[in-house]
Amino acid sequence: MDNLLPRWSELLELTRHRTLAFLRQPEGVFWVFAFPIVLAAVLGFAFQGGEPAPSRVGILGDAGGWIARLEADPRIELVRFSTREDADRRLAGGHIDALVLAADPPELRLDPARAEAEVARLRVLVAVGEIDQDRLAIEPVTERGARYVDFLFPGLLGMSLMGTGLWSIGFSVADMRQRKVLKRFLVTPMRRSSFLASFLSARMVYLAAELFLITGFGVWVLGVPLRSSLLEFTAICVLGAVAFSAIGLLVASRAKTIEGISGLMNLVIVPMWLGSGVFFSYERFPEAIHPLLRLLPLTAFNDALRAAMIDGAGLAQLLPELGMLIAWTVVPFVVGLKIFRWV
Amino acid sequence: MSVPPAVRATGLVKRFGALTAVDGLDLVLERGTCLALLGPNGAGKTTTIEMLEGLQRPDAGEIEILGRAWASDPDGIRERIGVQLQETRLTEKVTVHETLRLFRSFYREGRDLAEVLEVVGLTDKRNARVETLSGGQHQRLSLACALVSRPELLFLDEPTTGLDPQARRRVWEIVEGFKNAGGTVLLTTHYMEEAERLADDVVIVDAGKIIAHGSPAAVIGSLQAESIVEIHPKDGSGDRLLDAALLALPGVGEVRREGSSLTLVVTDTQASVGALLGHLTTVGVELESLRTHSPTLEDVFVALTGKHLRDG
Repeated sequence: MDNLLPRWSELLELTRHRTLAFLRQPEGVFWVFAFPIVLAAVLGFAFQGGEPAPSRVGILGDAGGWIARLEADPRIELVRFSTREDADRRLAGGHIDALVLAADPPELRLDPARAEAEVARLRVLVAVGEIDQDRLAIEPVTERGARYVDFLFPGLLGMSLMGTGLWSIGFSVADMRQRKVLKRFLVTPMRRSSFLASFLSARMVYLAAELFLITGFGVWVLGVPLRSSLLEFTAICVLGAVAFSAIGLLVASRAKTIEGISGLMNLVIVPMWLGSGVFFSYERFPEAIHPLLRLLPLTAFNDALRAAMIDGAGLAQLLPELGMLIAWTVVPFVVGLKIFRWV
Repeated sequence: MSVPPAVRATGLVKRFGALTAVDGLDLVLERGTCLALLGPNGAGKTTTIEMLEGLQRPDAGEIEILGRAWASDPDGIRERIGVQLQETRLTEKVTVHETLRLFRSFYREGRDLAEVLEVVGLTDKRNARVETLSGGQHQRLSLACALVSRPELLFLDEPTTGLDPQARRRVWEIVEGFKNAGGTVLLTTHYMEEAERLADDVVIVDAGKIIAHGSPAAVIGSLQAESIVEIHPKDGSGDRLLDAALLALPGVGEVRREGSSLTLVVTDTQASVGALLGHLTTVGVELESLRTHSPTLEDVFVALTGKHLRDG
């Protein structure tokens, strides 16, 4: 019988070995630490408050007093056309959001399926006085926690912790199997439990760095709130990281080659990028599939991270999400270990 | 009570589907000796050594390593053996010393890392990353990982395959050093020189069975030949040589053909070669070349199986 408990000396060495091998791979370090920050920076600054971009409205012919009023509105950028053909082409290509045709009454051409077109329509109507803006009081929201970047950041954090968890285990295991190192370890008295535990402990080392760097960037640079206690927030991150490590182990339990593992990983990761509310809320999908999306580990993780950061939710309020993460830890770990291919 | 042998295997069988890779193999390896398993690729050498190492489970047969059974005391065996597998590629980004330190941590007892580095001649490379090592250095590091626990028994699966002659000799020196210190070695190889230089006993395996067993000298002696004569007649003219006529020459025990060349196993080199040259002139065969050499394990293998060791 194998001894179930890891042996400290070898666990320490295995963890050290893992971590060194990882840190000495610049591309790995980039994808784990720098890429999420670059992504958060690009998206964060792109969507961070400030003046909204003006609508580009085309105009063809002499639309009388309209031109002056449209020109005077800073939220509208007027583009003049001399031929209808040219104007239609620019509209179809999305270079302008709407096209005003001078006629009596004037005609507004736009693609109602484009959100920008609707914005342009409203702005045109306001500019020419069709809507009286003064009858409605408008209060701009600038509060932290309500911007798009505040929604986006916890999703990016969840996504990158998922990526590191899956890849750091899945890739290494498949790589070591392919290089016959796994087999080489098997003829030593190394305990299998030490080997598996070393992936988790190495994962915790990266997690500490990820949390500090990525969360620090979000909070200090992008101004995303972190309203739950630091301890509870860390606990959520640890649970998530452990769950994705277990899933990584399951995905890697049989794969014999790097190519095989890469395909499997993408199969696991890509649906969650889209369906787990990283870039936009999963509530945009039809309601019928929401229960399915909530079963995904990244959905549970992102929901928990968002609730903790933005709403200040504590662990007690996140039991369904945390329960889901624990289930995603236990089941993949047990199954993965059961079917694990050592040789 | 006598000390149990380092390896005792009886009636080992391993099947993969319809293929029987190892077919009723018996081995005894006494302590302090070196045994070479010799055979072409696919003969069942690796399967055999991996069963002994506890990596594969035999379908039938008994294995005892240093008096212990895999089923009852696996870690007792693993603490006492050192293994070099075929084709292990160690982690590239870590250094020689870090690699060795990791392997050392798996064992309760072992050697000082500096001592092992000295033994395999990698002291200068201790802080070099594995990715920067040459093939021979990588192989010596792999040996170091097998030696770091001060094993009693060393398993080497084709330890020098793919190495240049100089690198190969350095590996041999390390293995000889281990042997001279009282260690027991079981190795597989398809290099004759390797077996002749390192092994006290050779076991020639073909199609999962032992076809010859004994010291290299005894196995070669079983051929009962003084030398091996190879002749390459100029194109086409070899057809004029009849096996029966050649066998009738003095001292010729066996004739084999391979393409246009012929190999004669002879017991009296001088008489045979003299008579052979006369015969060639008589039948009008011109030679491209004629070579004689002392019989080797390779010749024994060819004589027994009709195949060469390096055939795939």
